[in-house]
Amino acid sequence: MADLTELSDADLDALLSIRHFERQILELFDRGEISGTTHTCLGQEYIPVALSPFLGPDDLVLSNHRGHGHYLARFDDAAGLLAEIMGRRGAVCGGRGGSQHIHRPGFLSSGVQGQLMPVAVGAALDMKATGSAGMAVVFIGDGTWGEGVVYEALNLAQLWQVPLLIVVENNGIAQSTPFEAHLAGSIEGRAEGFGCRHIKVTSLDVNVIRRLLAAPVAQVRAECRPLVVEFETHRIGPHSKGDDSRDEAAKQAAAAHDWYRLYQATFPEQFQRLDAVRHRHMADTVAEVSGRPLIGVHDA
Amino acid sequence: MPSCPSERAVANLNRALATLLDEDEDVYVLGEDIVDPYGGAFKATRGLSDAYRERVLSTPISEGALAGVAGGLALRGRKPVIEVMFSDFVTLCFDQILNFASKSVTMYGSRIPMRMVVRCPSGGNRGYGPTHSQSLQKHFLGIPNLAVFELSPFHDNTTVFRRMLELGHPCMFFEDKVLYTRRMFGGEEGDSLFESGFVDAEENFAWAGLGGPEVDHLVIAPGGLSDRVLRAMRAAFIDEEATTRLVVPSQLYPLDIEPLVPLLTATGQVWIAEDCVAGGTWGADLAHQIHSRLWTSLSGPVRLLHPECKVIPASSHLERQLLLQADDIRDVLTGVAGV
Ligand SMILES: Cc1ncc(C[n+]2csc(CCOP(=O)(O)OP(=O)(O)O)c2C)c(N)n1
Ligand SMILES: [Mg+2]
Repeated sequence: MADLTELSDADLDALLSIRHFERQILELFDRGEISGTTHTCLGQEYIPVALSPFLGPDDLVLSNHRGHGHYLARFDDAAGLLAEIMGRRGAVCGGRGGSQHIHRPGFLSSGVQGQLMPVAVGAALDMKATGSAGMAVVFIGDGTWGEGVVYEALNLAQLWQVPLLIVVENNGIAQSTPFEAHLAGSIEGRAEGFGCRHIKVTSLDVNVIRRLLAAPVAQVRAECRPLVVEFETHRIGPHSKGDDSRDEAAKQAAAAHDWYRLYQATFPEQFQRLDAVRHRHMADTVAEVSGRPLIGVHDA
Repeated sequence: MPSCPSERAVANLNRALATLLDEDEDVYVLGEDIVDPYGGAFKATRGLSDAYRERVLSTPISEGALAGVAGGLALRGRKPVIEVMFSDFVTLCFDQILNFASKSVTMYGSRIPMRMVVRCPSGGNRGYGPTHSQSLQKHFLGIPNLAVFELSPFHDNTTVFRRMLELGHPCMFFEDKVLYTRRMFGGEEGDSLFESGFVDAEENFAWAGLGGPEVDHLVIAPGGLSDRVLRAMRAAFIDEEATTRLVVPSQLYPLDIEPLVPLLTATGQVWIAEDCVAGGTWGADLAHQIHSRLWTSLSGPVRLLHPECKVIPASSHLERQLLLQADDIRDVLTGVAGV
């Protein structure tokens, strides 16, 4: 693994903010203060943070079950998302959608795998037709390439040349099923089959990723040229909560790619300074949101 | 009644699947993340792949293909049992179920047996949110060559699965996710208060009653609601001495109500409770059947209990408000709530 380069305080803070949010969520579950389901993006936080400067106000992000990081990298709104998950006042979607179903202008997520791929094509088609400056950015996991609708959408995107960025978070596993057991061939080969451009990203370094993707992502927008960006990444936490059936060796192999530990080791001074603050802020946010009243049945 | 009442419903189901795989080499079990050590999202398939590796297969996230592959296996005389991780995603299987598997039984002029079961973990009250909590039974009613069954604490799953696989056409099997964690009837605290048995010789209709044989209320409900209804019956009896009999069919559709006629006419009020949201429901169809057959001998029209036609909220307290709870049912049995 190449050494990480130094991040701006703002970027590191964005990463840490997502990390501490996700940790707090798992702790709240452990303490029984929230129920239901959640999927944390521990280990994958750097992906939406790396992409965030590429997004403009006209863009639409379509996210999935593992979407907290996608949301928080776009909006500085940990309290609104937490309130949504906790069913408390100030929730982004009135407590109706929960962890997997978030919507506000520029962002929409759903917990049904693959569902938003064609929706993204439709949105992008309209952006192109109306001369909007926007593009659609859809996040999907490796496992979601099992859904047929993904291919129907990819075909249309390429056929109609719409401004669509498909971000694949290939963490090598789908719930409990390893990549080798769920996908024949490769994601690259599949994109190629539709004549769609594909770029593979193996770096965890936000600076490096941005340099690599700046030009091709600009082309998605300017030339209405769909692009698949596949991140080789690692899920260092459970699929949901307490349901990691991987053996110890596999878990450790994933943890070895944790940007958090790697960055801490490389830039300890900056890391300590920001990490402690973020940790405290997030704990304060949890305390504040936990103290809010539950959403009433008749609240909008 | 099940052989081992202290067994949890999911364990009873797991044992049924193991028994089927063991006694019949035509049986396959397929679904997402079902192999060990994970053993399925709700652990209904735990231990099966270790024991029957060739016939217990995890699939990619491909519900359409999952149902279609089951159709292909069934076409060749095999007996696939598929698990749709959350029944909400059975919408992605719908074409294969409606337009292939069930159609094929009679669409080609001579009968083609299509033995397959689509297992559907369903229902709410777990805070899983709008796309992971639905009860979609009603969307599978009135389809030629398709039967709908539901997991129940009264019905031993080995018997039910054998029955489903003998029908010669596809079956839907809905499984309430909260019921998984409950014990089979007789094993939960308070169960001993009830008299119970089966209404019919086929043992499709289980019943449990308090204060019979002449009761104030008869509640017909699928297995997923039975735990909530039983709690409501106990509370209504203790608080107001309201007497109620519960009837739980294993096969929900199609349903021959003939065995229920004596019970339906010897009761004050008949209720049908279900978890599907209002509109075009199983209960509405069943009530119509009861009305058509017994209009003049009923003491009043059959009443339906179900959630309003709304999206199921993720937040637990909002979800509880929308979905039927034991307290809601108790209130109608004691006359506190007008319907
Ligand atoms: C249509 C559909 N089928 C099944 C599921 C259940 N499910 C939720 S996440 C998941 C695994 C997704 O794997 P992947 O796409 O690799 O994303 P990851 O969880 O690794 O981020 C599954 C099977 C679902 N949400 N939607
Ligand atoms: Mg994955």
